[in-house]
Amino acid sequence: MFEPVFLAQQVLNGLSFGALLFLLASGLTLVFGLMKIVNMAHGAFYLLGGYIGVVIAGLTGNLLLAVITAVIVVAATAFIVEVVLLRFVRGQELPEVLLTIGVSFVIADLCLAVFGGDPQNLPTTATIPGALMIGDLVYPWYRIFVIGVAVAIGLGLAFVQTRTRIGAVVRAGVDDREIISAMGVNIAWVFTGMFVVGAGLAALGGTIGSGMQSILPGVQNEVLLYALVVIIIGGLGSVTGAAVGSVLIGLIDAFAKAWIPELAYFTIFLPMALVLVLRPTGLFGRTA
Amino acid sequence: MSLNVTGLHVGYATAQVLHGVDFTIGENETVALLGRNGMGKTTLVRAICGLRPPTITAGGITFGGVDITKRSSHQISRLGIAIVPQGRRVFGSLTTLENLSVIPQRKEIAGERWTVERVFEFFPRLAERQSSMARSLSGGEQQMLAIGRALMTNPSLLIMDEPSEGLAPSVLDVIHDRIEGLRGTGLSTLIAEQNVDLALDMADRVIILDDSGTIPWSGRADELRTDAALLERYLSI
Ligand SMILES: Nc1ncnc2c1ncn2[C@@H]1O[C@H](COP(=O)(O)OP(=O)(O)OP(=O)(O)O)[C@@H](O)[C@H]1O
Ligand SMILES: [Mg+2]
Repeated sequence: MFEPVFLAQQVLNGLSFGALLFLLASGLTLVFGLMKIVNMAHGAFYLLGGYIGVVIAGLTGNLLLAVITAVIVVAATAFIVEVVLLRFVRGQELPEVLLTIGVSFVIADLCLAVFGGDPQNLPTTATIPGALMIGDLVYPWYRIFVIGVAVAIGLGLAFVQTRTRIGAVVRAGVDDREIISAMGVNIAWVFTGMFVVGAGLAALGGTIGSGMQSILPGVQNEVLLYALVVIIIGGLGSVTGAAVGSVLIGLIDAFAKAWIPELAYFTIFLPMALVLVLRPTGLFGRTA
Repeated sequence: MSLNVTGLHVGYATAQVLHGVDFTIGENETVALLGRNGMGKTTLVRAICGLRPPTITAGGITFGGVDITKRSSHQISRLGIAIVPQGRRVFGSLTTLENLSVIPQRKEIAGERWTVERVFEFFPRLAERQSSMARSLSGGEQQMLAIGRALMTNPSLLIMDEPSEGLAPSVLDVIHDRIEGLRGTGLSTLIAEQNVDLALDMADRVIILDDSGTIPWSGRADELRTDAALLERYLSI
């Protein structure tokens, strides 16, 4: 139970699941930061991205192609959802959230109709074969690759946020959406862009995640729940918080599943409750 | 470019605030908007800038001949109206420099362009604090930044909502001096103020809002300064 190899294995499990969570949570938290809405369709974007990725990977055996297709299709879907639906209820919190729940149902049902109800996974031909071996530790390269992707995305997001003008516009919008508009920025399109990027990241997560855990009906709610816990712990709107929260929840989840599997689901809510009590704005959230 | 406000009615879901406001701001003119607490200065400023709420229920606003009554705030900014909002509202998690460089700039302008360098020359204090987070700046520095940020859009009308609010007298002098420094640059200015002395010092013309939600008096600043009855009646001085 405490052997070094077992511990290392669980740490890597936690990090790779955390990596997946980060791909989801970063988009969710950015959208929230800018528009103060929780996109309840985020899990459905993951689901749709996962199915498309699995299908394309099955046809071509090419993971990159699968990812690109999934990201483009889901981003286009998100674009339409944003411009055709969400825009008309902008600023009305309840209708906005209810609408994203509706979209989630529609996407999930369409996926069920098209892709069926059986669990699906990336074909092994499209994943990265082999395993890292250090002494007695054997760990699949693919999962390490997933960690690498999340780290690269995280660094990319950090770069865009801190070093580019559009990143500064987004941060200004998070600080004061109304004033950045009054300075001549069409914030509605900035938000559309953010929503689309967030959905694309969820699709990326869905595709590469389906090499780690199956895509099947219901998964959209599970991943959404995890992502929500992550961003509540990390602080709504904070990408750094999403990163830290993802690693934390990933690790807690991995060890809980190994040690106390019957309580595993509960254990992710415990830290959330603690954070909410001790620091309601989350670890990296702003104190208004 | 001149601003024309005609028969403007503005209100919130809970209450109508302005009941028919008419005035004009000409080119190169500095106009003070006075009125006691809660008379609707901010409401009027927000209505002009396209910020919602409040809602314009009747009347209209044109700027340079363009009807901006129903335009959104970013479009109005692009037409050349910039706001220095009440409470400054700088982007707290951006540095001073970023607060300026993040602003989209209008290209089609008459006078000399505003650049980050020019703002730093105009407010040397901001140059010294350029890498500081805006939320860590003093009130006076934040006010300078809010003005600098508005100038970065290259406006032809600058609207300031209570620029003196909460500032120490020494800082007030700096802000006052800088606003004077904007005269003759081709910029028109509308300054909503509680600080009547300051406003009268800076303005060519004054418009007053009262609790009827209209403009009961407007005229030259020096006329108002010497009219104790007017000052008492509308501004309780
Ligand atoms: N968001 C709002 N919703 C409803 N009523 C509002 C809102 N904002 C302001 N009001 C009301 O509108 C009236 C005018 O307020 P406004 O802020 O425009 O006054 P002001 O002249 O700018 O005052 P101050 O000098 O205190 O800044 C007040 O009675 C105020 O209570
Ligand atoms: Mg006001």
